[in-house]
Amino acid sequence: MQSRYTTLTVTAGLFMLLFLAGSLQFDGFGSTRVFANLFSDNAFLAITAIGMTFVIISGGIDLSVGSVIALTGVACGLLIGQYGLHPLQVFPIVLIGGALFGAGMGALIHYYKLQPFIVTLAGMFLARGLATTLSEESVPIDHPFYDAVADFGIQLPGNAWVGASTLILLAVLVAAIVLAHFSRLGGYIYALGGNAQSAQLMGVPVARTTIAIYAISGFLSALGGIVYSFYTFSGYSLAAVGTELDAIAAVVIGGTLLTGGSGYVVGTLIGVLIMGVIQTYISFDGTLNSWWTKIVIGLLLFAFIALQKLLTGKRLLSANGTREFSHA
Amino acid sequence: MSNLQSAALPEQPVSPAGLRGKLPSLSGRYLWPLLGLFCLLAINLVLTPEFFHIEFNDGRFYGSLIDVLNRSAPVALLAIGMTLVIATGGIDLSVGATMAIAGAVCANLVVSGVDSVFVLLVAGLVAGLVAGAVNGGLVSILGIQPIVATLILMVAGRGIAQLINAGQIVTFQHAGFAFLGTGDFLGLPFPVVLVLIVFAAVQLLMRKTALGLFVESVGCNAGASHYLGINARAVKMLVYCIAGLCAALAGMISAADIQGSDANNAGLWLELDAILAVVIGGASLMGGRFSLVLSLVGVLVIQCLSTTIIMSGLPPKFNLLIKALVVIFVLLLQSPRFQAQMAALFKRVKKQPGRAA
Amino acid sequence: MTLLSLSKVEKRYPGVKALDGVDFHLREGEVHALLGENGAGKSTLVKVMTGALDGDAGTMTYLGKPLKLKSTAHAQSVGISTVYQEVNLLSNLSVAQNLYLGREPKKFGLIDWKRIHRQSRAVLERFALDIDVTQPLSNYSVAVQQLVAIARGVDMSAKVLVLDEPTASLDAGEVEQLFGVLRELKSKGIGIVFITHFLDQVYSVSDRITVLRNGTLVGEFETAQLPRKALVGHMLGKELQEAAHRSGTREARAAGEALLEAADVSVQGSLQPTSLTVNRGEAVGLAGLLGSGRTEVCKAVFGVDKVSSGKLTFKGSERRFRQPADAIAAGLALCPEDRKTSGIVGPLSIRENIALALQARRGWWHPMSRAEQQRLAERFIEELQIATPDADKPIEQLSGGNQQKVILARWLATEPELLVLDEPTRGVDIGAHAEILKLIKKLCSQGMSLLVTSSELEELVAFSDRVAVMRDRRKVAEIEAGDISEDTIMRAIAEA
Repeated sequence: MQSRYTTLTVTAGLFMLLFLAGSLQFDGFGSTRVFANLFSDNAFLAITAIGMTFVIISGGIDLSVGSVIALTGVACGLLIGQYGLHPLQVFPIVLIGGALFGAGMGALIHYYKLQPFIVTLAGMFLARGLATTLSEESVPIDHPFYDAVADFGIQLPGNAWVGASTLILLAVLVAAIVLAHFSRLGGYIYALGGNAQSAQLMGVPVARTTIAIYAISGFLSALGGIVYSFYTFSGYSLAAVGTELDAIAAVVIGGTLLTGGSGYVVGTLIGVLIMGVIQTYISFDGTLNSWWTKIVIGLLLFAFIALQKLLTGKRLLSANGTREFSHA
Repeated sequence: MSNLQSAALPEQPVSPAGLRGKLPSLSGRYLWPLLGLFCLLAINLVLTPEFFHIEFNDGRFYGSLIDVLNRSAPVALLAIGMTLVIATGGIDLSVGATMAIAGAVCANLVVSGVDSVFVLLVAGLVAGLVAGAVNGGLVSILGIQPIVATLILMVAGRGIAQLINAGQIVTFQHAGFAFLGTGDFLGLPFPVVLVLIVFAAVQLLMRKTALGLFVESVGCNAGASHYLGINARAVKMLVYCIAGLCAALAGMISAADIQGSDANNAGLWLELDAILAVVIGGASLMGGRFSLVLSLVGVLVIQCLSTTIIMSGLPPKFNLLIKALVVIFVLLLQSPRFQAQMAALFKRVKKQPGRAA
Repeated sequence: MTLLSLSKVEKRYPGVKALDGVDFHLREGEVHALLGENGAGKSTLVKVMTGALDGDAGTMTYLGKPLKLKSTAHAQSVGISTVYQEVNLLSNLSVAQNLYLGREPKKFGLIDWKRIHRQSRAVLERFALDIDVTQPLSNYSVAVQQLVAIARGVDMSAKVLVLDEPTASLDAGEVEQLFGVLRELKSKGIGIVFITHFLDQVYSVSDRITVLRNGTLVGEFETAQLPRKALVGHMLGKELQEAAHRSGTREARAAGEALLEAADVSVQGSLQPTSLTVNRGEAVGLAGLLGSGRTEVCKAVFGVDKVSSGKLTFKGSERRFRQPADAIAAGLALCPEDRKTSGIVGPLSIRENIALALQARRGWWHPMSRAEQQRLAERFIEELQIATPDADKPIEQLSGGNQQKVILARWLATEPELLVLDEPTRGVDIGAHAEILKLIKKLCSQGMSLLVTSSELEELVAFSDRVAVMRDRRKVAEIEAGDISEDTIMRAIAEA
């Protein structure tokens, strides 16, 4: 039994089960349109969660992603609206900005041996604070390019629409899979999450890798922010509050070990889709209310964490009889 | 001002010997948080002398300082529980959600006709206790890392509160319960009195029994504590339960204050303020020594900071930004490497003129 | 030809000289055992040799040229690889990833997994390992993991392979498999430094032996020409011929009834069935080399490790201690070997550290007042001569010896019926060493029942009424009062 695929299999099975249940219960649920909308409605979350996947695989956490999404939106709105830049000029600026923001947090975490959770918590305040300082009001984005993006897409059979945000998500997914499994950095990220001390002894450049991980997360959050602005045609400093929790939940439901060292980018995407299906199910049902989403996600979180505990617990047992590494 | 100062510095050294004995702990732990608070108060004094003006009207004190105390009450309650949790090396992200649950429970009981304040209090506290026990169970029995374990309730808790409220903002009229949030007692707003009572109770529980020592021992060295015969599981269970109870109280005074329960916004992000207060109070997130007094100083620093920003005429939108910078600064101050770098820098700056000469 | 040689290496830590002018020479195609007891300086020497640590003085020559190592990565790149006992590889990654982490072959800028898997299989074939290299390392036994670690080291063109206790968690068959690989590597001219506690293994695989003791070089020997007893003598710092007969020709004290009886007690993975009795008023010594099972006996008795079979009787009734708290409640106390992780509660004061165990036994509802703690602390500071200005100093600021005295005080405060001391004099300065020894003797004379492990033979001789000798995680001999001498203990440790 390949235990490392266990959680991934469970996740994929759960998604199919939920989708099937919805399809059987409601007319129009089991359509390509609903399926395609799962991607386009949740693209910003999925992109952000993919960045979070790397952070969690490395044994860290990034609480700043929601704020970075908001900051990116506000920055886009101001640069396009007030400074008259073209969106294609603005995007590189905010993406690099997001990456640098993440890199800064990574540097603090590595060089000053601070806990990721508290550093990114400060980062969350900082980004949100910057966004608020830039503009407390929602900044509308009115640019022909945005209209073009909204109209861009591929029509699929069954009235399904694959829009720009879905295409960006798929591109990010491919890039993330390549990074995770076909680059050295990917190996280093898994190594760091497995055991930072061993990784260092095996020659993993810990400083560079840590900074890169948080830079990737910052970059993808900024990209998520751009995609988010495609939906709203605006930037708002209080946008995407709580997205960090959704992203973490998606990563965990997607089968990534919260203690680090193991997980798959694809799993995270499925995790996001599961959360999307639950929301769709609730909106189709009409009698259930939106708070059930939170409760169900909480229960799923618990179930998956318990499952992880069970699997790693077994692994720990098999490695028993080994002694602690200590030298006089 | 004078009352604040004397409260924070409980004993003035009397004899030279006493002075020497007290100095290390003063400079080590009490100095920075108190200095920060003192600076903020001094800035306020310069900006607006009336900041320290306190009036006595209709049997109650009024003034900016009283407002600061009153507004910081919910975070202060959370910080008391959070201090203990952090002292064991844990963290509780769910206290904001627990506040929402407790508020929702009480609001719905009032609406459904429960009149006894005692019953309401007990119901709210039981809700908090259950939440704390769930966290404590996940951490101490299942051995899940605290940040993850409490994340579950942080996500699900708000859903549960909304479920109790059926998605509405439940408003109510109940003079007795509203007293929790808006009443006054002995001239002080009741929330402030409540904070003092909880502080005294927890302080007594920790320092007049051996629990405080056990909490610190588990936080400093869990391995050695096991060898010593301390039941670390029970200690952890206890601190999460206390955190849950404190959060429930905070949730009740928030609900009583607005005479309603808003499951979406009650206590939103307050868990972060509580953690920051404990960090500003100088506690290590790795666990170990704790001081409830210092955490409360941390709460006041955060609240004074917000007030100072408003008083200084800066738009309140800078609030978050400044808070973030303060947190990063405090974190760096606690990092041994940063301390070493600063010391080296200081040395070099000191040496420079000598070399030039 | 000499591959690697270190000469006059020195390394000082605050208060201790970990290495004092040590020489070490590794030849091509040999297995060179590096031996010594705790604190001998083995790990420090290995760290210097592998670039993990900078020596304070001394030179290093590698392949005939002087070499100054900057880091472990640097050492690896020139061909010096290390396989640590535990933290060596990443069990969450696949076998192939572990072999090629950081040096993956690429095709079109992407990692070429096909090639990695092919090469990995080829590499492991040389080690007679036929496993699925795409599986996570954690799926395999510790022995396989060790071999993979060695394979990684060798495949990175290692000329020198340092194995730090590679056999600590292997069973006999796995050890044989490992030795087969070592012999083959040796025949290819690779120099292997082998660190272990198991003397049988030293004799079965090594060509030469270097012995360290207390940071100094005892000597370099041909394995074939060094009798086992002489080796043990070198390690323990006692030459056989000059070993004193009995320092105290004291008669065995009249032993009371049995206080602690362990009947075939075993712990899965760390202790073979062992029987041991401590009578009331008796001091039993536990002798044996490092890793012989001494500490494991203490832990099993105290409820730290779960006893998997056998019967433990204390004060006449059978006991199953599930945690130390149970053992403490019954009247036991244990001064653990690893003071830092299991003994001191660093940031807390001396006063609190002394009061903790007694307080834990009393329960949270019966707190000791500060004054009571203070009286207790002051009494023991006085009695044990703990060097500190006051009882409020954090224990982490004390020297090792004084820390140990505080831990002793902590347990004496609980007035235990049986005091277990695991290496009570380890890592303490000479002055404190003598005082702790004096204290143990005093406790003996007061009729306290003691179970004491020690690497210092003269200590054991000085206070033991009986000595149990451990080897290979089981008891191999018991020496009665009349026969206790450094010589008899050493013989029992060394006997094959």
